[in-house]
Amino acid sequence: MIHARGLTKTFGPVEAVRGIDLDVSAGEIVGFLGPNGAGKTTTLRMLTTLLRPTSGTATVAGADLFADPTAVRRRIGYVAQGGAFAPFSPVGEELVLQARLYGLNREQARERVTTLLAELDLPEVEERTTATMSGGQKRRLDIAIGLLHRPELLFLDEPTTGLDPQSRANLWEHVRRLRERDGLTVFLTTHYLEEADALCDRVLIIDHGRIVAEGTPDELKSEHGARTLDDVFLAVTGRELREAATA
Amino acid sequence: MTALAALTGHYLRVAFGNRFSLVFSALQPFLYLVLFGPLFDRSGVGSWAVLVPGLLVQLGLTSAGMSGFSIVFDQRFGVLERLRVTPVSRVTLLLGRVLKDSVVLLVQAVAIIVAAYALGLRAPLAGVLTALLLTTVLSVGMASLSYTAALTLRQELFAPVMSTLVVPLMLLSGALLPMSLAPAWLDVVSRLTPFRYAVEGLRALFAGSYASPALLWGVIVSLAFAVLGVTLGTRRFQKENA
Ligand SMILES: Nc1ncnc2c1ncn2[C@@H]1O[C@H](COP(=O)(O)OP(=O)(O)OP(=O)(O)O)[C@@H](O)[C@H]1O
Ligand SMILES: [Mg+2]
Repeated sequence: MIHARGLTKTFGPVEAVRGIDLDVSAGEIVGFLGPNGAGKTTTLRMLTTLLRPTSGTATVAGADLFADPTAVRRRIGYVAQGGAFAPFSPVGEELVLQARLYGLNREQARERVTTLLAELDLPEVEERTTATMSGGQKRRLDIAIGLLHRPELLFLDEPTTGLDPQSRANLWEHVRRLRERDGLTVFLTTHYLEEADALCDRVLIIDHGRIVAEGTPDELKSEHGARTLDDVFLAVTGRELREAATA
Repeated sequence: MTALAALTGHYLRVAFGNRFSLVFSALQPFLYLVLFGPLFDRSGVGSWAVLVPGLLVQLGLTSAGMSGFSIVFDQRFGVLERLRVTPVSRVTLLLGRVLKDSVVLLVQAVAIIVAAYALGLRAPLAGVLTALLLTTVLSVGMASLSYTAALTLRQELFAPVMSTLVVPLMLLSGALLPMSLAPAWLDVVSRLTPFRYAVEGLRALFAGSYASPALLWGVIVSLAFAVLGVTLGTRRFQKENA
């Protein structure tokens, strides 16, 4: 579903991503973990056609990122870290517009929006603007709009940040259900490692723009003699910090 | 096509839902019409039919020219990124907004012409309707360039830069006083701006001189300006894309 080779991105002097190889199969739920500034969002923005890689190649959802970005866009959903709604526009209108941009007519779009909002436990928000909503409600809306067109592959950038435990559990439940029902593939970032442990088939850990560990949560834990993913995370990231401390 | 209609419809609903900004972006030319027009009419320089075409170009600058402001917010709140991951073509993403701006401008222009008529404007209907069409073409270029600027400049710079730029562009177009009065150097500088040709083309239409070279130049320059605007705007929407 995703095959990337040697992806890099530099912003002026900053080497945000320094050569990443990725393979994600259809139906997998893959966690992309790493400290702040490691390059997670930058990688996601490259894979979702929003940012041109400095070098490297990738096929995403069966289409070449460079040769056919439109095909990639048709098949993927993206929930950005920073949200997707302006605070002053009625939510229902934004959702209907978004659905129509994927080719649904007005009626189909409305119907789809109503079903999806119910599935994500967000009834009666259509007339409201996000300015009047709680942080968690807003986040669920961001996720709703990414799922609107039933993508094959969903990119989630810190989807659960700011959600209460109940909503988080609901979201994971929803993601699992979509995987079972539609074979959805999910590539997500999170800073909640126990969550990655519970939800993801496989995790990748990125640090300073490079993948530093990769495997199923259990593999990684036994490989590092760690009890939790948190311990693995601490063992593989911030190596420089530790080296500086012991030197 | 569906996407373009959906986008334009959406932006139009938003625009007409916000009556304040609808009035506000047409306020300057309207004030010139009411508070300066009567003086101009008696100045011996020309009548309403000379002033109103200039005000239409001024309207283009203050209305379509400032439309990029809305995209600054869309960019800040992640709305633009959300639209850019859809399969909709980049030119459609731009044109959805631009067509909205053109419709808004058209409504404002009609309002100004009607008010001018009440104040004493007399011009042939065919000329006025064609002038509206030409103003729309011009507004496509202005709005597109406005979005290009909004996506290129730093967020906080867009409003001050654009509202400052509007003043010399308007003065140089000869919108308020015909450039035939200008000293040679000013006339030359004025000829370097596209709006000069638009103003003179519109004046020809309001005067009913449909065969004048001024009209031909007005049409050519306005069309070229629109094509240039859309090309640059589309390129700006594409930038950074994979
Ligand atoms: N547009 C940009 N211009 C310049 N530098 C950037 C830009 N975007 C990201 N960076 C830099 O690239 C690096 C990686 O950033 P990125 O947003 O990918 O991190 P992240 O892993 O998503 O972090 P977080 O967990 O905090 O969201 C950081 O050093 C960041 O400052
Ligand atoms: Mg990030």
